[in-house]
Amino acid sequence: MIRVKNINKTFYLPEPIKALNDISCHIKAGEVVVIIGPSGSGKSTLLRCLNRLEKPDPGGHILIDNIDIMHPKTNINKIRAELGMVFQSFNLFPHKTVLENINLAQIIIRKRSKSDTEKRSMELLEKVGIPDKADVYPGNLSGGQQQRVAIARALAMDPKAMLFDEPTSALDPEMIGEVLDVMKTMAREGMTMAVVTHEMGFAREVADRVIFMDHGAIIEEGTPEHFFENPKHDRTKLFLGQIL
Amino acid sequence: MQQLTEKYSYYFWVSVFFLMMFGLLALMYYSATNIDYVWRWYRIPQYFISNETIEVCSEVQGEVTSITEKAGTASIVITDDYTGNLETYTVPTDAVLISDGDFISMGDVLGTFKEVRPGIMLLGLWITLKVSMISIIVGILIGLIGGLARISDNPALKWSSITYIELIRGSPLLVQIFIWYFVLGTLINTMLTRNGLPQVPPLWFGVAALSTFTGAYVAEMVRAGIQSIDKGQTEAARSLGMTYSQAMVHIIMPQALRRILPPLAGQFISLIKDSSLLGIIAIRELTKATREVVTSSLQPFELWFICALLYLVLTFSLSMFAQYLERKAG
Repeated sequence: MIRVKNINKTFYLPEPIKALNDISCHIKAGEVVVIIGPSGSGKSTLLRCLNRLEKPDPGGHILIDNIDIMHPKTNINKIRAELGMVFQSFNLFPHKTVLENINLAQIIIRKRSKSDTEKRSMELLEKVGIPDKADVYPGNLSGGQQQRVAIARALAMDPKAMLFDEPTSALDPEMIGEVLDVMKTMAREGMTMAVVTHEMGFAREVADRVIFMDHGAIIEEGTPEHFFENPKHDRTKLFLGQIL
Repeated sequence: MQQLTEKYSYYFWVSVFFLMMFGLLALMYYSATNIDYVWRWYRIPQYFISNETIEVCSEVQGEVTSITEKAGTASIVITDDYTGNLETYTVPTDAVLISDGDFISMGDVLGTFKEVRPGIMLLGLWITLKVSMISIIVGILIGLIGGLARISDNPALKWSSITYIELIRGSPLLVQIFIWYFVLGTLINTMLTRNGLPQVPPLWFGVAALSTFTGAYVAEMVRAGIQSIDKGQTEAARSLGMTYSQAMVHIIMPQALRRILPPLAGQFISLIKDSSLLGIIAIRELTKATREVVTSSLQPFELWFICALLYLVLTFSLSMFAQYLERKAG
């Protein structure tokens, strides 16, 4: 589904900082991959490279469904429509109601009819548990509710895979659960997911595979059992020791 | 006790305010009387609505052949003695001063009636309103395009926009009006005449000067508005598969315009006031109209106050409208 080959990313601020260093990894269809690591390790950058919100350095390949998004002729908008993304800060459109937020891209990108769109949107609001908030503006919702709307907005495009960029990091502790529950349901239904998170409980329970990153490189990857009970690398042990 | 004193002191300062205002007016009136200025407010309305007596005169000599009345207007037909042609004049029925069979000499009055016409001041106000409205609309268009070009990555667009904005903001509006009228206007009109086309009236050079001037400021506001919208909004829109322009139209611009509405309103209020400069290129807007009336009526005090008041009405309405839009946009 997603295959990353030898990707580098350098930020110029203005002195060059290597955020990703020769990364290669893959995510199979239906797989839930959780990426963890300390801050500044490049995990968010890697995720954002997958739909080219961040443009990797020239060279290397990122294949989404066998289409190389590093190729200059690839229509990135088509690819992005197939990859739902959920952000740390929700990024709902504040001038549109919840329903309009979910409707918009269905209408202008998927060219769905108004009635099909509204039907799909209400289905998704039902799924994330807040159908009663359809006509409310995002500013009047709690953080957890906003993030669930953001998930519904991404799902409305019927994406082939979902990317989550620290979806619970900006939430109050009592709201983290409701967002994680929605994500767990999606995982159970077989959605392909790449999740950058600090929620180790979620990683252990839902992930098919865990990737640990530090200093722009993948240090270790494996099943959650292997990862949490019997990590090989010293850096991984140190990290897990600090947070568990 | 404490509260009572506070209340009294509040009303004390309120009365001080009204006393000051009243005092200013009294001083004004007193000094005007001192220089033997006679206030004649009753003379002012005629410059807004003039009640003109219109006389319909015969241009031929001959006999009235017929007077036919139809829906309040009478058609008077006169047979020209020399040529035998029939001449027809129309006047309101109750204004007819002659009857069938009368002999009419050249220049005789066939009928008089009164007609209410807009006065010179009202016409001036209309021109000011018209110039301002057109300039605001064109200014918004220029500002939108200029603002988008300003943040574009394309150097041709970006640098043209910067050059335009810096040129306009760096020179006085008065000079720009002169350039539009005396330089560009001469060029354009000479070219048009040479190709046998009609000339562009001064009004449109005035509109061009005001809208390009406002456009530069609006462009900067649009740029600031767009840049003030969180980057996450663009990212969210693009991550759903929207193109740059779709994200602009549906997500960024609506939010940016809401945010820049207050400074935008301020800019348009300035524009209405700046339109008073257009009098220098022979556009008879409110200020120029007032100046003309002052020369003929010799009542400068009343007229200039009225002029200022009319500008205040225009700007205040615009400001109210902007506040209404702001409330509506939430």
